[in-house]
Amino acid sequence: MNKKLRIATTSLAGCFGCHMSFLDIDERLLALLDLVEFDRSPITDIKHCGPCDIGIIEGGICNVENVHVLHEFRKNCKILIAIGSCAITGGLPAQRNHLDLGSCLTEVYLTEPGLAHGHIPNDPELPLPLDKVHPLHEVVKIDYFIPGCPPSGDAIWKFLTDLIAGKTPELGHGLINYD
Amino acid sequence: MTEKLDNLETAAHPENLRRVAIEPVSRVEGHGKVTLLLDENDHVRQVRLHIVEFRGFEKFIQGRPYWEAPVMVQRLCGICPVSHHIAASKAMDMIVGATLTPTAEKVRRLMHYGQILQSHALHFFHLCSPDLLFGFDSDVAKRNIVGVVAAYPEIAKQGVLLRKYGQEVIRVTAGKRVHGTGSIPGGVNKNVSAEERDYLLKDIGQVVEWSRAAVGIARQLFEQNLDLYNNFGTFKTHTLNLVRADGALDLYHGGLRARDMDGNTLFDHYDYRHYWDVIFEDVKPWSYMKFPFLRSLGPETGWYRVGPLSRVTQCDFIPTPLAEEQRKAFVAFNGGSATGATLGFHWARMIEMLHAAELIQQLLHDPDLQGNDLVNIGKRQARGVGVIEAPRGTLIHHYKVDDNDQIVRCNLIVSTTHNNQAMNEAIRQVARQYIDGRKLTEGLLNHIEVAIRAFDPCLSCATHALGKMPLEVELLDVSGGRVDTLQRSSDGAFCSPD
Repeated sequence: MNKKLRIATTSLAGCFGCHMSFLDIDERLLALLDLVEFDRSPITDIKHCGPCDIGIIEGGICNVENVHVLHEFRKNCKILIAIGSCAITGGLPAQRNHLDLGSCLTEVYLTEPGLAHGHIPNDPELPLPLDKVHPLHEVVKIDYFIPGCPPSGDAIWKFLTDLIAGKTPELGHGLINYD
Repeated sequence: MTEKLDNLETAAHPENLRRVAIEPVSRVEGHGKVTLLLDENDHVRQVRLHIVEFRGFEKFIQGRPYWEAPVMVQRLCGICPVSHHIAASKAMDMIVGATLTPTAEKVRRLMHYGQILQSHALHFFHLCSPDLLFGFDSDVAKRNIVGVVAAYPEIAKQGVLLRKYGQEVIRVTAGKRVHGTGSIPGGVNKNVSAEERDYLLKDIGQVVEWSRAAVGIARQLFEQNLDLYNNFGTFKTHTLNLVRADGALDLYHGGLRARDMDGNTLFDHYDYRHYWDVIFEDVKPWSYMKFPFLRSLGPETGWYRVGPLSRVTQCDFIPTPLAEEQRKAFVAFNGGSATGATLGFHWARMIEMLHAAELIQQLLHDPDLQGNDLVNIGKRQARGVGVIEAPRGTLIHHYKVDDNDQIVRCNLIVSTTHNNQAMNEAIRQVARQYIDGRKLTEGLLNHIEVAIRAFDPCLSCATHALGKMPLEVELLDVSGGRVDTLQRSSDGAFCSPD
């Protein structure tokens, strides 16, 4: 048997919907496990990415920590895939890009009624938010993009099985969607 | 010794302590981390669950047309998008003055219970079963769904197929498995055709059976490890949940019921359209997630727990026979010890999954699903509040829409936010029980995460905040008519709304 390919996945400024779509390959997941093994991923307890064949990232970049994790993935993954609208364009979270972050924080945590002790969270444990949400390819090189919000389980299955078989992944009719 | 362990929220002298971080918290949905501060003798001095991401839904939805809310806001969360889809739709039902047609309400209920099924299956099988089946400090390389597939292939397969079925119910009713479009202000945009119904009916018997077996697994785990499951991260707390008018478990609609930690009712069948009279929020500097509390009790002691454990223990009955039988067994078990146990969450969650499967089966036999009367619109209103019981607990959506159909205000209190303080209490309790004074290992640290996972937190949902609901005072005359309205704007000034 060939050595299993090692896959890492993470969600940055995303909703985990792309990871749910990944699980939407349903019972094909059981077949996939004969071919691959998982490194860092929300479904394992590996907290940092080691050397991997494939890295899959959903979500854009909204804070400093996202940047560090993205670099960790780029450094360790031979092939890096941006999956879903947020990773590719910033997606819905990027709707905040036309707003001033400082005044938003003030509104939410300081001046909103119904608050017992208003103050803006500022503990050093909280990563600093960026003033804008960015897509992944503005920060590192991305090898493949799978569009959709989210892409379907079928699209993810086709893409991965092509890649694992050593072919250039190709999403045919009905497998590319943008909603 | 116990004195210094009493409150682990804030250490007196953090500068002299050693920091240990669990980052990211894994096998949960969303982005969080835990920090521990320990002294030179490995005694725990501070434990915090931080929500580290800040997004912007409540703010950037302002200015969007109201009918976009159900499809936009569901993008808070890819695990339970249907929750936000439906809560926003219920709020928009009020905006458009709708009374739902039977077809619309039943299609939405089917969608919602499909989601309860898939989300609970995902949580139990894909995320938590590795801890429960292998042990909290078992080998980290195998402590995941891949390990479960290898060791318990039949259980893993049933988990995968239960989730698949729930996702298929969502696809049929919403058009898409993740981020569908089926629910709209005033109703739904499609019914369930006879072919679709037959397709779903094909496997529902099996799904009910597997759900029943899952309750059995959850119960067996509790029975076989009774001391551990009774005590692990367990603490006393108030509860909050929706109940139907007759006291039954209902995850789609009802009134709010709050009970204190001794079981006394604080309020019951409370009209959720006035939730702000009973729920306030606190802010702490070390988390972007707020800390809600019952207004009558105050921020120090007014925090509470939501979700399956609260719902199953606080409802008067479950209106489907198999789940009701299991609820009775759960409540009676070992003198009721599971009903207050943090790990009792898993058992309660599986009872709800069984209930969802039974309800789906009932609904599929209802000819109203094939009705063609999908939308009902009445007199337009300016304010809408939608509340449901999402898989993780009570979910509140609140919008104000202007005469141009644009959303001008939005406030969301999501399930996981309600559990913020409760999750922090649970991990502090685990720190006292397992971490204090011991050499830290990966397995010990996983105990902290096991306690967090019991709540099934959706940390993505919990990071939506950005935006505000200004204070608004309405002066009503004796017959309930509005005499005057005052708003407090973001700069704190009071003014009359336009």
